[in-house]
Amino acid sequence: MTPAIELSDVRKSFGATPIIRGVSLAIEAGTRQALIGPNGAGKSTLFNLITGKYPVTSGRIRVKGAAVTDLAPYEINRRGLARSFQVTNIFTRMSVFENIRCAVLWSAGYRYSFWHRISAARAVNARAETVLEQLNLTARRDVPAGVLSYAEQRALEIGITIAGGADVILLDEPTAGMSRSETEHVVGLIRQITAGKTLLMVEHDMSVVFDLADRIAVLVYGEVIAHDTPERIRANAAVQEAYLGVPQGVA
Amino acid sequence: MFQLIFFSILNGLVYGMLLFMLSSGLTLIFGMMGVLNFAHASFYMLGAYVAFTVGLHLGFWPAPVVVGLLGALVERQGLRRVHRFGHIAELIFTFGVAILVEEIVQLVWGRPAKSYQVPAALDFPLFRVMSSSFPAYKAFMLVVAVAIFAFIFVILTRTRAGLIIQASLTHPQMVAMLGHNVPRVFMIVFGIGSALAALAGVIAGPVLGTFPGMAQVLGSIVFVVVVIGGLGSLSGAFVASLLIGIVQTFAVAMDVSVGGALAAMGVHVNTAGALHDLWRVTIAQVAPILPYVLLVLTLILRPTGLFGTRET
Amino acid sequence: MSTPVATRPFAVAGVARTARVRRYGLWLAAAVVLLLLPQSVRTGTAIAVMNQMGIAVIFALSFNMLLGQGGMLSFGHAVYFGLGGFIAAHVLNMAGRGAIYLPVPLLPLVGGLGGLAFAALFGSFSTRRAGTVFSMISLGVAELMAASSLIFDKFFGGEEGITTNRSKAPLLLGLEFTRDRQVYYLIAFWLFVATLAMYAFSRTPVGRMANAVRDNPERAEFVGYSQHRVRFVSFCAAGFFAGIAGGLFAVNYEILTAENMGLNASGAVLLMAYIGGIGAFVGPILGAVVFTFLQSMLSDYTGMWLLYLGILFLATVLFVPMGLAGLLMLHAPVWRARRVGRLLGPYVLTGALGFVAAVGIIGLLEMVHFVAAGRTGTRRLFWLVVAPRTLTPWLGFAALVVAGAVGVRWTGPRAVAAFAEASRPGRP
Repeated sequence: MTPAIELSDVRKSFGATPIIRGVSLAIEAGTRQALIGPNGAGKSTLFNLITGKYPVTSGRIRVKGAAVTDLAPYEINRRGLARSFQVTNIFTRMSVFENIRCAVLWSAGYRYSFWHRISAARAVNARAETVLEQLNLTARRDVPAGVLSYAEQRALEIGITIAGGADVILLDEPTAGMSRSETEHVVGLIRQITAGKTLLMVEHDMSVVFDLADRIAVLVYGEVIAHDTPERIRANAAVQEAYLGVPQGVA
Repeated sequence: MFQLIFFSILNGLVYGMLLFMLSSGLTLIFGMMGVLNFAHASFYMLGAYVAFTVGLHLGFWPAPVVVGLLGALVERQGLRRVHRFGHIAELIFTFGVAILVEEIVQLVWGRPAKSYQVPAALDFPLFRVMSSSFPAYKAFMLVVAVAIFAFIFVILTRTRAGLIIQASLTHPQMVAMLGHNVPRVFMIVFGIGSALAALAGVIAGPVLGTFPGMAQVLGSIVFVVVVIGGLGSLSGAFVASLLIGIVQTFAVAMDVSVGGALAAMGVHVNTAGALHDLWRVTIAQVAPILPYVLLVLTLILRPTGLFGTRET
Repeated sequence: MSTPVATRPFAVAGVARTARVRRYGLWLAAAVVLLLLPQSVRTGTAIAVMNQMGIAVIFALSFNMLLGQGGMLSFGHAVYFGLGGFIAAHVLNMAGRGAIYLPVPLLPLVGGLGGLAFAALFGSFSTRRAGTVFSMISLGVAELMAASSLIFDKFFGGEEGITTNRSKAPLLLGLEFTRDRQVYYLIAFWLFVATLAMYAFSRTPVGRMANAVRDNPERAEFVGYSQHRVRFVSFCAAGFFAGIAGGLFAVNYEILTAENMGLNASGAVLLMAYIGGIGAFVGPILGAVVFTFLQSMLSDYTGMWLLYLGILFLATVLFVPMGLAGLLMLHAPVWRARRVGRLLGPYVLTGALGFVAAVGIIGLLEMVHFVAAGRTGTRRLFWLVVAPRTLTPWLGFAALVVAGAVGVRWTGPRAVAAFAEASRPGRP
């Protein structure tokens, strides 16, 4: 079966500094996978490469079998891949409802239409309401997104990502800065919205990772040193060394 | 022919260095604060007018000082206040200041141009080549401009204050964390930039004319220079200033029609077509547009300019 | 917890219905006001001013499609206004000669299409980036066109510009446009249509995405939209409506010059939109009306009206960046809670003191103007006769400025506190 995301020897250097040093990775469709690694490993950079924010220095990226290596972000998004951001990236002056509605417009086929009344676009409005429900943000519907609390903004961030119905979802540290209960809520939300879809998430919270992920990829210094099921990753000596500095068993 | 080329190069250099005097201040301010100061040329105009008014009694040096202080005041009371509303608000603010300064100048000094004369001491021909002479005053302008460039260069690279300014250019927050009063640095840079613009006005007033529209005329060209050279790059501003200065001076001297010039280069145009007005006109008449054509081309092909590293 | 979606449509629909009725009512009322306005004035100058306002409103609204809706600050929007006007003038001349059949009422459309064409041309590269680069390109294009006007003599008419005659054109349904009052109805018609269209545009998919691209162009790309394309569509639409205003200008004044597409005209529309408030749809309408009113009223009394408008603009930028409309909207909760009465006292007090300071400043400026122009003797100022060459009036006005400023400083905080108190949610 075609992998949802496939990277073939992807390299990225900023100037003379190599950040991603030859990553080859295949994310199977319909799985939930996590990308972990120490700080500075290049996880967000990898996300930016896959989603088209940065151009690769060399290598190939395929999404659902189609080459996306040099496409613009909006072209990649139109092929069914959506991402969230580590630092909340929303439309601050628009209302919560409008934020989500904007994310639905393209997939609903409206493109650059100036001949449709948006209030009459029933399917779009209904879909936005549904997503609002899922995020538990209905009460904040008409509030400008910029005044939401941090956790609400993170929820909205995820909402914008999935509203368009993408089937390959990339989440960048979705639970960053959240309390225990908020994290639990978000994990439940993620599980619900990624049912039947492909999820790749960058996470530092290991409990979330082991809770959600079917497989885990470990990125260290721009290279994937392991890509396996959670149990085997937990037992992997190289991974332990990367995180803890010394191989287990040595004093 | 040699005479034409020789004097065009010299005059182009003088004009270019004048543009650099103006664009250096603008570049510093943009590089540091991210705001393109629309009112920069207004300080240039104020320098010329103040020097015209008090020059004979108090000398020319009060003008840059007064205008520099005014600039610092504008930064402190105005720009700082709108800074938190974003770059567009800052741009709109400096635009408003430019309007205000132009109106105040008209109010106080009136609309007709002022006969700001070259000081008698410098009003003699420096040398002659064939039948044309080169005025000493223009050489004086050149000397002052080069001196300013050297001055800025030394201050920025060799003094402690210059290092702080350079650091604030790229990492204002870090510099603030190190204990420096970054808002004060901004105010000082803004004031110095304005003083430099005023100095350019003091010197160029007699040559380029002292009239209420002088800010608009030169201001646009300075923007072109700054954008072509690269937003935030001093060396880019230098190169672009000389480039525009020389190109425009040469163009103004050419009495060939645009169509003729293009034909000489092997490009034949339909002189009877829709754009026939364009081909018939001389290059000298087209000269005023050239900087803007270059601007638009640069912004399309290479938005970061010749040496720039940032776009906004 | 939250009401399930299934039961909500009725409540939402009910609210939506009242809102819709209210909105249609507003448009209807506006149309009625436009129709009846000429009856309320008696002089011809008033009609001329209203015509000027109508054109300015369309122009300012089109400008705000770029700035307020799209986050693009253009210093050259008058290019599309002017080019639309020039094209309309030429077409009107052709219609007058009998070369084509085009009645006057359709002329603004011609202007609009002209503006659209050039907006598409220049917008193709202008809208690639937003922010400062966009503003600089717009400035460059404006300068380019200003300089080009001297080269393309036939189209721009050189120094004298292009004149036209609206009474030579063929008639549509026998409608004549020889008098100002008849032109008013034409302008009012197009004003209504254009405003409706621009409002409707903001409520379309691309109109909503224009807001999104304004707020966060990067994120807009990640939800499937090219920021370049969205801005381009906005830019073309704005150029179209600016061209309509230009066409109306051609009909109204029967002359177009390069000044009409120059930097001063572009600056004026920026002032109008900003003073009115770029964050609200009605902001530019307010701003255009106020600006035109002040311009025509002040120019009767003083030659420095642009200075006063510049001061007003700068004051808006510094202290009231939300503009008039924003200021009014800020008081919406107070109005809804019916607590406006509480604000009256503190506002009137601070306002009066501010007015005193303003009188002082205007007095000083007018006297400077008087002296700088080399005049001697006396002049009328605020119903007084003053001799600017003596010391007394200077001291007097300066005292007013100081007293007013100090007064505002003292009473200002009380007004602000009263506002904060009045807009607090909950029972009084």
